[in-house]
Amino acid sequence: MKHLKQLLFFMIALQWTVQVFAESAPVEQGDIYKELIEDGNPAEFREMRGKEVWQQKAGPNNVSLKQCDLGKGPGVIKGVYVELPKYFSDAKKVMDLEQRLIYCKTTIQGLTYEQAISSPLSIAGHASDVEALVSYITAASKGMKMAVKLDHPLEKEAYELGRKLFFYRAGSHDFGCVTCHSNDDKRIRLQSLANLLNPNDAQATYTTWPAYRLSQGEVWSMQHRIIDCLRQQRFPEVTYASDSITALTMFMAKNAEGGIYNAPAIKR
Amino acid sequence: MKKFILVLISAALSVGCASSATDKDYSAQAINLLKSDFKSKGPVTVERILKQDDVQKYCSALEDREGTLDEFAAIRDGQLKTVKYPMKGEYLGDWKEGLKIAGNAKGGQYSDSIGSENGGNCYGCHQLNKEEIAYGTLGPSLYQYGKLRGSSEDIYKYTWAKIYNAQAFVACSNMPRFGHAGILSEQQIKHVMALLLSTDSPVNQ
Repeated sequence: MKHLKQLLFFMIALQWTVQVFAESAPVEQGDIYKELIEDGNPAEFREMRGKEVWQQKAGPNNVSLKQCDLGKGPGVIKGVYVELPKYFSDAKKVMDLEQRLIYCKTTIQGLTYEQAISSPLSIAGHASDVEALVSYITAASKGMKMAVKLDHPLEKEAYELGRKLFFYRAGSHDFGCVTCHSNDDKRIRLQSLANLLNPNDAQATYTTWPAYRLSQGEVWSMQHRIIDCLRQQRFPEVTYASDSITALTMFMAKNAEGGIYNAPAIKR
Repeated sequence: MKKFILVLISAALSVGCASSATDKDYSAQAINLLKSDFKSKGPVTVERILKQDDVQKYCSALEDREGTLDEFAAIRDGQLKTVKYPMKGEYLGDWKEGLKIAGNAKGGQYSDSIGSENGGNCYGCHQLNKEEIAYGTLGPSLYQYGKLRGSSEDIYKYTWAKIYNAQAFVACSNMPRFGHAGILSEQQIKHVMALLLSTDSPVNQ
């Protein structure tokens, strides 16, 4: 309880500090977050909740996800995220973390696909258990090097498709991922933009999702970030946990190779 | 020896063919992903993103090749022809309205309502005046745009065309084609013009 109070106080203080700093020195925001995160991150709440979800019995089969194989054997979560997306021979396809969790919920717990993907994204004031689960699992890769492989032909294919989608410009505004994420040191309004084709930037970005977002008051997964990017890109709505998102994730994760994973983080 | 070289050449050729064939597959496959994974919503349709025009198609393909100067020139020439200039040479609207358009990021997102007025979101990428510090840097600063360039017919015409269709001057520019794509109306472009060029606009102080 004392821990909770401390975190709450921290959140309020952080909101205020960031506002003040944003007004005086917009460009250096990133560093403020980096320093403050060392005092604690509200995402820890979501990690705690995620642990409960991971261990909780659910579905018609009334079993927990602890039998789920995320790539390093049933129940192993340590280090799995830095190797995802990857090819899973049982499903015969490349999956990112959230597609794999859906696979486990349907095959192990016996849920339907629709049940397995219900409320996957947090909205302000309504935190998603899926993003909590993702926070818990990703946190178990902290300090490890990004090491996504392209050994299997389908892994290579996912990477190449992600690359195609990254460069695909279309729609009313002619936008593609490439419009905002292929140059160093640019920003939209005050939001700095990562150059996802530059390994240093790709590492710094990919290794810090999921993140507790001050502007949203919730933890967002990489999946959630990509979905909202595509909305701002003036594309139609992309389906949650679809292969398009896995392909884009594969492209970014590979570009971030060697980066030290350090999330859930905290961002604007 | 001859035979050996022949084998080498044919091996190299087949590798070359194989890789270009695979590349094509990836493009077609990527389109299939867009078809299967995206859903029309609000004002945004899947058909719209599947139907790339020549510029979008060309610029997307710069992924794995450098464009040539001739190709860029052809794009600029073609796009300049799309520009519709205002009647009677009336270029300038109201800079106060222009300021609102510059700050409005709505339009073209599936979260926007159908039929609502689009903004230009100029601040997203450009500095415009000293008062607003929350500006982006994807495009150049436009602070004192008119003060530095004057008010000749040529400058008016160029500025209009640049807002109407940025690809007419920079092939594969990141800037949306506000007039050509129907994002802003002729009247809205006049307001943005006034924001950039009126002597009493905050941009030119």
